Amino acid sequence: MSIFLEFLKLFLTFFRIGAFTFGGGYAMLPLIQDAVLQNKWLSEEAIVNFIAVSESTPGPFAINIATYVGMERGRALLDLPGGFLGAAVATLGVVLPSFIVILIVARVYKKFQESKTVKGCMNGLRPTVIGLIAAAVLNIGTTVFFPDGFSLSALNPYNIVVSLVIAVIGILLIFKKKIHPIILILISAALGIAAGFAGELIR
Amino acid sequence: MKDKFKNALILFVTFLKIGAFTFGGGYAMIPIIEKEICEKHKWLRGEEILDIFAIAESTPGPIAINSATFVGYKVAGFFGAFCATFGVVLPSFVIISVISLVLKEFSEYKAVKYAFTGIRAGVLALVIKALVSMYKKCPKSLFGYILMGGAFILSAFTEINVIFIIIGCAVIGLVYSAVLRKRGKEI
Repeated sequence: MSIFLEFLKLFLTFFRIGAFTFGGGYAMLPLIQDAVLQNKWLSEEAIVNFIAVSESTPGPFAINIATYVGMERGRALLDLPGGFLGAAVATLGVVLPSFIVILIVARVYKKFQESKTVKGCMNGLRPTVIGLIAAAVLNIGTTVFFPDGFSLSALNPYNIVVSLVIAVIGILLIFKKKIHPIILILISAALGIAAGFAGELIR
Repeated sequence: MKDKFKNALILFVTFLKIGAFTFGGGYAMIPIIEKEICEKHKWLRGEEILDIFAIAESTPGPIAINSATFVGYKVAGFFGAFCATFGVVLPSFVIISVISLVLKEFSEYKAVKYAFTGIRAGVLALVIKALVSMYKKCPKSLFGYILMGGAFILSAFTEINVIFIIIGCAVIGLVYSAVLRKRGKEI
């Protein structure tokens, strides 16, 4: 496939993702996982790593992840200039559906707010998005505990125990102490480094 | 005309600030929008902002973009919508472009690899927290639980594209609401 079509595909993929995202925050995550893994643009591990980067940098997750995937994909196609083109194309793609829809809705928004059709769809969409994010969280859990798959030879008990301890500490800190996500990421990074080097000593 | 241009410019700068200083986007933007758009420039009232976010939630697209476009449009029309959206996107675009340039080389270091092994477990905690908060905000009903469970199972254990699940559940919601209305129940 020619390079042009690859960039077009990047644009259309993110346009579709933008058009079918309902809600904020991680509502986009299931769609991103689906598209990015299917096209093999990034690994699941890279997506999870990037969630941490996005939490530690300003800006909406939707834009951050679109720019990142576009950059990575573009660089694979055309090196650095391709990276910026890819980032621009993916970000434009994810923004455009919002922009178009809001320009239309803004003119008739009283009607939109009272519309029974909109209310009906939202009654279905609200719980659905939560179910989809739950599946995305399950994917992340699988990547954390079984990064190389489920086969017996790929199992790494040390990694499983370390990840479990860090995840449990993280859950306690964020639910009970309500610490800021960036602090949690820093703590998990420190624990990960300590556990990694300790693991070398054991082996 | 001159005023409109000036307002659009202010919108651009305001949303540039919002994009550069809010973490997570979406609802985290509300306090800054209220301060800048309602209190400082008196372009919109507080209730209007809440209305805008209610609509941003039920229109396709991430809330951060929807609300920026909407606020921009209300203040200064099409050009305002463009400036606000461009403003909110630009900081992310620049920051993430730069980060992704160094991220790959950076992650070749052993210590960074170990750090990310830990970070991924931390991210799991973060997304679980986000999931629980969303679940708490969602209105509960038997119908909702069925959709939630159905969407989870289809997405986690089948190859069905997420977009089809979303379309399907919107249609189910539409039909269900229509049936309830016919029976004279308000939902």
